[in-house]
Amino acid sequence: MSPQRFYKLPPPGVDPSKLGGTLIVIEGPDSSGRSTHIGLLRNWLEEQGYAVAQVGLKRSNLVAAELEKAKQGNILSPRTLSLFYATDFYDQLENQIVPALRAGFVVLSDRYIYTLMARDIVRGAEPGWVESIYSMAPVPEAVFYLMVSSKTLVDRTFQSHAELDYWESGMDCGLGRDWFSSFLRYQRKIRQEFVKMQKAYGFDVVNANRTIPALDADLKGRIQQVLSRVEKK
Amino acid sequence: MSRRQEQLPGKLIAVEGLDGSGKSTQIHLVHQWLKSKGYRVFFTEWNSSSLVREATKKGKKRQLLTPTTFSLIHATDFADRYERQMLPLLRAGYIVLCDRYIFTSFARDATRGCDQAWLRDMYGFARIPDITFFFRLPLEVALGRILEGRPQLKYFEAGMDLGLSPDITESFRIFQGRVLDQYLKMADEYGFTVMDATLSVHEQQKVVRSAIQQRIDLALYHKRFVQ
Repeated sequence: MSPQRFYKLPPPGVDPSKLGGTLIVIEGPDSSGRSTHIGLLRNWLEEQGYAVAQVGLKRSNLVAAELEKAKQGNILSPRTLSLFYATDFYDQLENQIVPALRAGFVVLSDRYIYTLMARDIVRGAEPGWVESIYSMAPVPEAVFYLMVSSKTLVDRTFQSHAELDYWESGMDCGLGRDWFSSFLRYQRKIRQEFVKMQKAYGFDVVNANRTIPALDADLKGRIQQVLSRVEKK
Repeated sequence: MSRRQEQLPGKLIAVEGLDGSGKSTQIHLVHQWLKSKGYRVFFTEWNSSSLVREATKKGKKRQLLTPTTFSLIHATDFADRYERQMLPLLRAGYIVLCDRYIFTSFARDATRGCDQAWLRDMYGFARIPDITFFFRLPLEVALGRILEGRPQLKYFEAGMDLGLSPDITESFRIFQGRVLDQYLKMADEYGFTVMDATLSVHEQQKVVRSAIQQRIDLALYHKRFVQ
């Protein structure tokens, strides 16, 4: 078992040599199919005898309720929102991800620091600032970015909700007065940040315009490789 | 990370020091003085943003906080007050008074094991005050003032999360001692104006007011003076 790597230092009190599990991240915009695929992966991994923990953004006990309230009122400056999300992330990291890794689980993370960083950078945060904030995050064994064309994204969003989400449309960013064009512009900007980050962080970009079974088979094949690589270490 | 310190019309004055050092009394008196003279002045204190207060209270009560989330939640509070109040007021030409500033986090959170470089990067958006008064008191005196007047110590305030001692008073002593060391290490780097906090409140206030008058052209901040 090799020690868990961190981007810089681990958070105080976390001993990397005690973390034995495998962290796998699924990234991608809303309606890219993240949660569907995570559900399928979870069942499949458990069938194979892996203990699985599912984590995601904005689910922590500490600030989730306050974050939701603040977003409803739209009263936070971008920097305050960044730090709120970072608090939430580290709360989950220390209370869910780290204990699960310590217990040797496969941790499936529904998005990770990259979404948080991309959102912040699109809203004008200095990339160096956000990178430093999230530098205590563990380096995942694999990151799969579900890349979806704008057209597919719009289709899927309208099929499931019949309306666009305020934040996923970047309506706070002043990109346009109508939701539809703002949504397209905002999603393009986020995608551009992911492309930049892909070079720095080495994601697997996965074509998510495909059917659920096709993408599922692809992801499982890739994760199988990750797990056998980890077990050889 | 390099710190951009752009010129702003306003002035920023901060007070720092251990619990019991008398800093809040001193900044309160400064606030009263500047208000009564008709200056544009605004006062803000650490950990007071209404938005973040609920989460902080909950986290502290249930002892949910780790050194990292403790630090981040205070940074969130600070960012909210900084961007909503302090920075706009500094741009508008106010004198902004802060009871505790980023140095409180640098001292306390580093004592809790947070990385110094991480802390400084995180607060990289905050400008260094024009004047930072540091109220220096021998540890035993500061401890005496707190332990005598308010024996009900709180969990995080006493650094109980660090497991320094099962006894809360003993934990408080050790924790405050380490926080003081951190402050003293920063004093030169950030140009603290070090105050002898063993002097009487009135004596100290005279020194504080004269330092402010020497370093800030107060006339520019009078409500009648249009910038």
